Amino acid sequence: MTRARLSELSVGLALPTLTKPPIERIQLVRYAGASGDFNRIHVEEGYAQAAGYKGVFAHGMLVMGFFGQLLTNWLGTPAPIARLSCRFRALTWPGDVLTISGRVSALIDDTEPRRATLALEATNQDGMVVADGSAEITRTD
Amino acid sequence: MLDRTFIGRTSEPVTVEVERGHIRRFAEAIGDPNPIYASLEAARAAGLPDIPAPPTFVTALFAGDVRAGMGIDVRKLLHGEESYEYRRPLYAGDRLTLTQRVADIYEKPGKAGVMDFLVLETTATDATGALVYRARRTVIIKR
Repeated sequence: MTRARLSELSVGLALPTLTKPPIERIQLVRYAGASGDFNRIHVEEGYAQAAGYKGVFAHGMLVMGFFGQLLTNWLGTPAPIARLSCRFRALTWPGDVLTISGRVSALIDDTEPRRATLALEATNQDGMVVADGSAEITRTD
Repeated sequence: MLDRTFIGRTSEPVTVEVERGHIRRFAEAIGDPNPIYASLEAARAAGLPDIPAPPTFVTALFAGDVRAGMGIDVRKLLHGEESYEYRRPLYAGDRLTLTQRVADIYEKPGKAGVMDFLVLETTATDATGALVYRARRTVIIKR
């Protein structure tokens, strides 16, 4: 894996895109177990439908987890992340294919360590943005 | 609407340990195949003290439920926003003390009418009392 050289970032630089396999119901069950978020709306069809949805949908935090994966793919693990935030804009359903992208939005050189901010986006197969966010990374190298 | 007098309500501190198997299951659920989350040998070969946690793993650490008794119907919940401020990476074996606080409650008109917003803030400190991370979650409650 080629890691980003944090000293050589420029505004607008795109991170290598991450395309996830289709979301599976079993993945939502696994995520419920691993995250401890057992809201039945993510795992029981009847419960989700009674609540007014067409069926179960993904935990927002699963999508934010893909933001984390994008960053660690690019920066290595553990990634030098100072901040990570995510705004959930639309629901993600089983079968959806999400593409996770990011770009450098600003370089902050008047702090020590120097930092960069990144703009992040998760888009589904219809081109709809289901989540956007930002990260602030430190540039220590 | 949600009772604004809940603002400032704070959970009892909970001490949790970051566990290797928990990190591995979390990475598997996300679908991140990086072997560093599953293998101590891979982590040590990378020069790390133990298996590192993925960035959003902090959501899996149970901070108590400060929402208990607030009369919230979970079927009407939507997750609006989540943000993290990290002071250092987390590794398996870390012991953290978590405290959750109701940081804000407000209402805002949306497409489907007025909705309630609940902002929860979780802070995690280590044995020396130093801040390790801070999490801020905005939950939307449809009326």
